[in-house]
Amino acid sequence: MVNIKNLSYSNYTGLDGHDRGAKVVARALRDAGFEVIYTGLRQTPEQIAETALQEDVDVVGLSILSGAHMRLFPEIMQLLKEREMADVLVIAGGIIPEDDFEPLKKLGIKAIFGPGTPTGEIVDFIRKHTK
Amino acid sequence: MAPDTTELVKQVLKGNRRAAARLMTLTESLSPEAHAVIKQLYPHTGKAHIIGITGPPGSGKSTLVDKLIEKYRSQNLSVGVVAVDPSSPFTGGALLGDRIRMNRFASDHDVFIRSMGSRGHLGGLAWATMDVVHILDAMGKDIIMVETVGAGQAEVDIVQLAETVVLLSVPGLGDDIQTIKAGIMEIGNIFAINKADLDGADRRFVELQSALDLGQEGDGWEPPILKVIATVGEGIEDLVKAIQSHHEYLVESGEIAKNRERRCYAQLETIIEHSFIRKLLMDPDERALFDKLVTEVDQRKTDPYTAAERLILHLIKTPKK
Repeated sequence: MVNIKNLSYSNYTGLDGHDRGAKVVARALRDAGFEVIYTGLRQTPEQIAETALQEDVDVVGLSILSGAHMRLFPEIMQLLKEREMADVLVIAGGIIPEDDFEPLKKLGIKAIFGPGTPTGEIVDFIRKHTK
Repeated sequence: MAPDTTELVKQVLKGNRRAAARLMTLTESLSPEAHAVIKQLYPHTGKAHIIGITGPPGSGKSTLVDKLIEKYRSQNLSVGVVAVDPSSPFTGGALLGDRIRMNRFASDHDVFIRSMGSRGHLGGLAWATMDVVHILDAMGKDIIMVETVGAGQAEVDIVQLAETVVLLSVPGLGDDIQTIKAGIMEIGNIFAINKADLDGADRRFVELQSALDLGQEGDGWEPPILKVIATVGEGIEDLVKAIQSHHEYLVESGEIAKNRERRCYAQLETIIEHSFIRKLLMDPDERALFDKLVTEVDQRKTDPYTAAERLILHLIKTPKK
């Protein structure tokens, strides 16, 4: 039985526009049997939440390098909640200082994967935390 | 019937996006509950103009869809999009990337975009694409665009679903023999040459034109060939007009009835075929017989035709549960 899960991999990289990390993760998840909806760069919180809704995803993956996560992530979480999608697993990656981990987890972001995380770790985490 | 399906039906008919999205997931997993809902939604479908967008990988289908959404929205029409990408035959995984080109419309509540992995279905669509189109139709979308997986020669399932098929082509793909082969070249109601600023666009135009001229006397519709540059929106206005003309042609000539009938025929055929095989593989008794026959065929104790006949006979005779 193939393990099929929807996942919206959203990128929010601000101005610089690097998406290599997100693409590596998206590819690894594809190879692990997930259906990955890749939204591309520079998505607004509204676009991310609305994509998650329309695609009825189980997981939202956020990649951020711009440093604006403390401003954008709360907004995304709020918009997901407004759409009755609070039960969706939200994970993040990119450049996020460790000091911010605690407040982000309080927001409901279940895991933060920094640079160098083996992709297998992300796959295992998602498998463990989704139905 | 479970009471929550009635609620789901009500919500979808009201245009509730969350309910529709959930139902789409259920149909993708071929759940009987989803089929119960589709049964109730079906009388409310048949209003949208369903447009198929097909063509080779990288020909610019998603970019074109993005520009078409823009045009339809400027006419104040609501739009549904189903974008199918291939699933891995090895892992079942998929990278669905069509949305990247059109996600600027994500926050427009009159646009609903759904990505689908083909999940092993050949022919350019996923098995549940038909149901997702029904759901968008029942939600009241005026225009529904179905973007197939990158199509080569034989991915022609889109004819079973769309009223108007736009076949996208790009310069530099093979010679004129490719354009007179059977298959995908036959299903276009409108031909669009994308990336028309590239070398070879004129040649492509002439090739398509002569291929279409070689054709037998048609049904009264002559497929137009249009040059577009989807990235900058060039030629989109004319494409929208051509799609509209095709729709008018279908209605005025009465072809629309035949078109509908043909599509219903194909849909019914697909469902029967599929239900039959599903029943066979899900039911333990029948599965056992199936497996036994596979072994017998393998050992040359019987042949595949006789085995199939025995199975079908068995299925017909088994009383309904």
